[in-house]
Amino acid sequence: MQSNNFPLNIIRYIVICSLLVLFTSCKSDKTKHKSSELNLEDFITEDDIFDDVNQAKKIFYSLPSPLETAMLIKSAGADYDEELLNSLDNVDKYTTNMSMALNLGIYTTDLSFASLFDQTQTSINYMEAAKKMAEGLDIVDAINNETIKRLEQNLNNRDIIMDIISETFLNSSSYLKENDRQAVAAIVLVGGWIEGLYIATQLVGNKSIENNKLVDRISEQKLSFNIVQRMLEENRKDESGEEDEDIVDLMVQLKELKNSFDKVKVETSEIKIEPNNETNVTTLKSQSKITITPEAFNELKENVRILRTNFIQ
Amino acid sequence: MKKLLRFLFIVTIFAFTASLYLSAQCKGFAKKICKTELNEGYIHDGNYHAAILTEGEEAELYKTFYSGQDYRIVICGSNALPDVEFQIIDAYKNILYDNRQHNLIRIWDFRLESSQQLKIAVKVPVGKGDSEYPASGCVAIMFGFREK
Repeated sequence: MQSNNFPLNIIRYIVICSLLVLFTSCKSDKTKHKSSELNLEDFITEDDIFDDVNQAKKIFYSLPSPLETAMLIKSAGADYDEELLNSLDNVDKYTTNMSMALNLGIYTTDLSFASLFDQTQTSINYMEAAKKMAEGLDIVDAINNETIKRLEQNLNNRDIIMDIISETFLNSSSYLKENDRQAVAAIVLVGGWIEGLYIATQLVGNKSIENNKLVDRISEQKLSFNIVQRMLEENRKDESGEEDEDIVDLMVQLKELKNSFDKVKVETSEIKIEPNNETNVTTLKSQSKITITPEAFNELKENVRILRTNFIQ
Repeated sequence: MKKLLRFLFIVTIFAFTASLYLSAQCKGFAKKICKTELNEGYIHDGNYHAAILTEGEEAELYKTFYSGQDYRIVICGSNALPDVEFQIIDAYKNILYDNRQHNLIRIWDFRLESSQQLKIAVKVPVGKGDSEYPASGCVAIMFGFREK
């Protein structure tokens, strides 16, 4: 009798195990396709820091978060302009995973930017928008009604507001990464980073790019763009080797931006270390040379605008 | 055969539950323990970089740090692991900081005169415990900055 049941038991075992595997992976909303037209040789740039990337180790690529992006813009002397933020009227337009992920990043950067300039009501409105994006992506409890309430109760305390924004972004990114949705987490980061680049390039306006701190900050994003490329490449395929269509689509969209950044030159000298035993803050002393022509800046600005327009459509 | 199938099924369930538990544990560890080191005016950037590592395993993180900002790096491992070693390395392959020369301290504060891409190399050393099996636990890498 037992031998008659053997194939049935094996099948039952395989079905149960498959369901478990499916259960763990079904939260991943990757859409996949087998082939792409992307020529990777055109996309990956060589950079000294990445020379000895050891794939046998666990590798992390870290992009500036929305909060850091907003802080970088503000510290470069930028002004606040609410007109530049993605309209809240667009919230209901975003129904695909790709658009919700991009705009979770975009609205979180807008929220961070508004908060850093003490725009309290705008901050609450943009937190609501980010909440809708997170809910649409099934990110459980990253931003809830309690978060909005805490924000409303601490409108005059910038430190707590910053902490709430940091906490909500940590909740979203940790939820996505722990649920095998690293690709979505990467798209959220790219959305937020492009929004920062968009706000910064627009705020330069018609001012000269010579000795312009904001232009230097924008040019330096070439260094983070290298990390964007690596991060997307790392998430391009899942464990089974299938390509994530959203990631490939994003990589293709970013090609023009790569062409623009290729015209920007960022050179840095070797670092001299200067520890301070009193403050325990070490200063890394070095010099940098940034080369960007007005034409290259205008091209970069236009490509960022086109990209961002596509993201918020 | 039934016993074998039951055993395989239990092992699968155990592995599945353990992976979920370790993931949740790692998230909680990063948020509730590691993040508390980001005090003294440093704001956590909100990014999440954490993984389960085993004794002897290494990890690397690549990030651009910007001029004029004050940064704090916090790297911590759960209690099950020996103290985590880390080095900060620049594009010229110079080691800018090595916590083995500072009693394996978990934090490093710094600022840069010019923006740089840096590599953070992390290693869980092999402990001196009696256990036959290498220990595994969560390692989190967190960044904070100060508002200027």
